[in-house]
Amino acid sequence: MTKSGRRRRRRDLALAGITGTAAAITAAAVFLIAAFLVVSALPAIRFNGADFFRSLTWNSGNQYGSGTLVRHGVTGLPGASFGILVFVFGTLASSILAMLIATPVAILVAIALVYRVPRRAQLVTNALVELMAGVPSVVYGLWGVIVLVPFIGNVIGPFVTERLGFIPVLGGSAGSGNGLFASGLLLAIMILPIMAATMRDLLDTVERDTIEASIALGATFWQTVTSVAIPAVRVGFIGAALLALGRAFGETMAVLMVSGSALNQLPQNLFAPINTMAASIVSQLDSALTDASGLSVASLAEIALVLFAMTLAVNVVARLIVRANGGSRITQ
Amino acid sequence: MSLAVERNARVAMKRDGNARISAAIGWTGSLLALLAALAVLVAIFGFVLVHGIPALQPSIFMTVTSGVAGGLANAILGTLLLVATGVALVIFVGVGTGIWLHQYAPIGIVGTTLRFLSDVLAGVPSIVIGYFGYAVLVQRLGWQFSLAAGAIALALVMLPYVVRGTDRSLASVPRALSEGSYALGATRAQTLFAVEFPYALPSIVTSLLLASGIALGETAPLIYTAGWSNYLPSLALTHEPVGYLTYVVWTFISQPFAASHALAYAAAVVLIVLIFTTNVVARLVLASFARRTRGSSGT
Repeated sequence: MTKSGRRRRRRDLALAGITGTAAAITAAAVFLIAAFLVVSALPAIRFNGADFFRSLTWNSGNQYGSGTLVRHGVTGLPGASFGILVFVFGTLASSILAMLIATPVAILVAIALVYRVPRRAQLVTNALVELMAGVPSVVYGLWGVIVLVPFIGNVIGPFVTERLGFIPVLGGSAGSGNGLFASGLLLAIMILPIMAATMRDLLDTVERDTIEASIALGATFWQTVTSVAIPAVRVGFIGAALLALGRAFGETMAVLMVSGSALNQLPQNLFAPINTMAASIVSQLDSALTDASGLSVASLAEIALVLFAMTLAVNVVARLIVRANGGSRITQ
Repeated sequence: MSLAVERNARVAMKRDGNARISAAIGWTGSLLALLAALAVLVAIFGFVLVHGIPALQPSIFMTVTSGVAGGLANAILGTLLLVATGVALVIFVGVGTGIWLHQYAPIGIVGTTLRFLSDVLAGVPSIVIGYFGYAVLVQRLGWQFSLAAGAIALALVMLPYVVRGTDRSLASVPRALSEGSYALGATRAQTLFAVEFPYALPSIVTSLLLASGIALGETAPLIYTAGWSNYLPSLALTHEPVGYLTYVVWTFISQPFAASHALAYAAAVVLIVLIFTTNVVARLVLASFARRTRGSSGT
């Protein structure tokens, strides 16, 4: 082999080596995150058992009490109980509420964007959608704290609880505005842009011929949209909604700022304070660090692990659905 | 006979009438939904800008935060330093992984698995990445709250977007170009650097910029990795906490002082301007690329 041939071969090997290392780091990162969560959570998993999902009470136990509490071979502080039912319920309730609000709006927005907004104006609307998707969640939280929460606490809450109070979840105290409804509404606003953008891209893939054939058969344009175009990309729409749900599960800061940070109590109505799994990891870590048994921090790792598993499941299902149906925009 | 025709006509008219009514409701509803979405966008932006712009005194760029007021110099520099360090890491790991996927695993089980893992990482909530950084980097490795811990957490957030962006950019290089290069006897490395990379570079840069836009606005991965500091960041990688803008927005708005609120609004405006600029530059890079390729193919 010539000298230059050897040099070229060496360069190829270097390329394979360097990029291969990078690829290995990427793969390892995912496994490392999962493995460290499991290892950190292990004492908590043994101590908490199934009560983790059944109990409402999150209590690190009494630092200054006498004696210890031993469960399943793990020693905790007396009175320690790590139940996350409140957090799981808050995550599910606020995310599902957000989906119920955002999905129909996103479908309508996507229809308007594809079939009603002129092509030239779409540059503007696309830019706005991207701008909105790029707003940091603390900025949504900021708006939520100063504008949305007082509005709910002073206007929407009292109105709904007084007029519609006979409906079970709508009755009772209107509260301060911090709570389930504020969290769900703010999440809905946050997931709307990416959901509408994905649905817009999906609708764009419907062939013009299909639309024209339907109109030639005598259907109105609206009938064509609802009975031809949307059914053609229906599965992709479900995938887009699921991806948004995954984001809502993991959203931390905005919800933390407007949720009311409930502890040890399930919300009694739509306006009551809640807490979510993601928010509780932030709000509880400071006090968890004072727990000498280390079980509080381990239990937070267990929350992170469960959250990881939940978002993983939702994302995998969503990506499989979207990919199987040729959706182009499954990012973010 | 005539009765049946008349009845059919009546049924058809009624059906057309219903169709027209539902179409009117549907189109009106979709336009209203679009207007409502835009109204919320304007409301949020208007609110932040109206409160934030008056708070943007020149002095806040010169002074650091002190207690519940002061300036943003430490937070702005900290945010830029964290994101820049994160981007430096993700250029190696993310672009490297994208190149490897394109060069060595365009199809097949290994490539599919790695792409899937990258997608999984994209779905991991950023607070989970933050907790991981805290448990591993801050505690186990003993780095404490630091630039390195925060930047690695941000790099993990950006990684999947950069991997996918690089992979797709390289996949968009016309096959004829790469195959022409190989046919002339070029090696993988030569083809990559002389042919494929120049073609794909603008869209790789775009994905890096979009990922940094995401990193600029992150809070959850930084709270327990970067910590918070009232001082200007030094370049120490470990053992020194770093301040950042999103922290100011989050904590200062819950203080009961007007000066704290003003600083939170100002931080929000600076953040939005930084992210918006990053996204616009990303668009411009991509647009110039589109113009160039259209020009060269002559259509």
